[in-house]
Amino acid sequence: MSAPHRIVIVGGSLAGLRAAETLRSEGHAGPITVVGDEVHAPYDRPPLSKQVLRGEWEPERVALPAGANESLGLTWERGVAATGLDLAERTVALADGRSLPFDGLVIATGARARHLLGTDHLSGVFALRTIDDAMAVRAAVEAGGQSTRVVVVGAGFIGAEVAASCRTLGAAVSVVEPLEAPLARVLGAEMGAVIAEVHREHGVDLHLGVGVSSLEGRDRVERVILDDGTILDADVVVVGIGVIANTEWLEGSGLVIDDGVVCDETTLAGPGVVACGDVARWPNQLYDEVMRVEHWEHALDMAAHAARRLLAGDAPGEPFAPVPFFWSDQYDRKIQLAGRVRPTDDLAIVAGSTEDRRFCALYGRNGRVVGALTMNMPARVIRYRRQIAEGLGWDEALAAAAQAS
Amino acid sequence: MRVVVDFDLCESNAVCMGIAPEVFEVRDDDFLYILQEEPDESLRAKVEESAARCPKQAIAIEG
Repeated sequence: MSAPHRIVIVGGSLAGLRAAETLRSEGHAGPITVVGDEVHAPYDRPPLSKQVLRGEWEPERVALPAGANESLGLTWERGVAATGLDLAERTVALADGRSLPFDGLVIATGARARHLLGTDHLSGVFALRTIDDAMAVRAAVEAGGQSTRVVVVGAGFIGAEVAASCRTLGAAVSVVEPLEAPLARVLGAEMGAVIAEVHREHGVDLHLGVGVSSLEGRDRVERVILDDGTILDADVVVVGIGVIANTEWLEGSGLVIDDGVVCDETTLAGPGVVACGDVARWPNQLYDEVMRVEHWEHALDMAAHAARRLLAGDAPGEPFAPVPFFWSDQYDRKIQLAGRVRPTDDLAIVAGSTEDRRFCALYGRNGRVVGALTMNMPARVIRYRRQIAEGLGWDEALAAAAQAS
Repeated sequence: MRVVVDFDLCESNAVCMGIAPEVFEVRDDDFLYILQEEPDESLRAKVEESAARCPKQAIAIEG
């Protein structure tokens, strides 16, 4: 298949927009249509659980500049969802009955927040994924003032950041997490325990290793009942229990779907079809692991790679093998991880100390450094990210760190 | 091209250093230092990328 002429991008958020920008900067002059089911102009999500929730930024400030960049020459189909893909006919079906023909397709439909089952009838229960979610949570917390009781369900990134932001607003905050520590899935239990201490120091009431049994209330949520029988009074409940990849529209298309669109190592999901961002699963050769990554940086990097892959046509294409990276701001702590870690990895503190809440930790596996975590040591994580990509050895890294300290 | 950082907004996330180490350096004191306030045009794409990726929107480019 040669370089495509008509390109359709399904998904008009961070990854979809970056794909469009890259297609243009790489010289693609043919028509590009962007299909996005959100009615808002494209916006950035990381500030939603932080600056927007805390009321420091007005919602206008999170708009993505590329969304209004007319020089990209994009045709927008906004507020309409894609409902199907016909690979033989090479068309995308839209919810309004039309179908869009394409030569090349970029799948960037992202993911949506997972909800607690059986809570749809209760007001005061929120997810935090969209700008509307963020404004609704902010309004609900502000309405109750300092006496608002917020219960956060799930202590992943969103839950931990929401807890921190709501404490900063003065609300009383409880967090319920079935794992033994916040962020345990991405950082492991030991480093998760440090995050737990930071939240406790800021007055968060943590309930770890226990799940939610039910939410009670007449029309509005009033109580959260935990599996161990604990009852938490609640004015506002924010649910951060992960996301679901938006792949329903691809069912029956012939693409492989398995918790995301499955791609090859170059981001190709089918002939003339690439996927990127939260929705894409692909084998990252650097980690010898098939992964789906939900970080902000990842959406940009994979989208740029996928756009170039699409334009490469029949050429073999480069593998996409990044060191994943994220940051999370909680209170005055800046938490950054470069890499992909597992609970069984070796762990060493190579600078600072966890007691000071300022440190750098390395994760190792099979003689290699696979991750670097920092709390308020940003320069180190960026340097380690580059070194991890270059194959930094575990012994070598520990020796260098010992010499430097 | 002139690089301007709003140090009231900057939180030294060091994302810019990862993209354009020729221009931005976060040192071990955790402060951001601008190595070249007027970098060469050849660095424009990297500097623009740094500005776009700054989590605090603290980087501006004049000219």
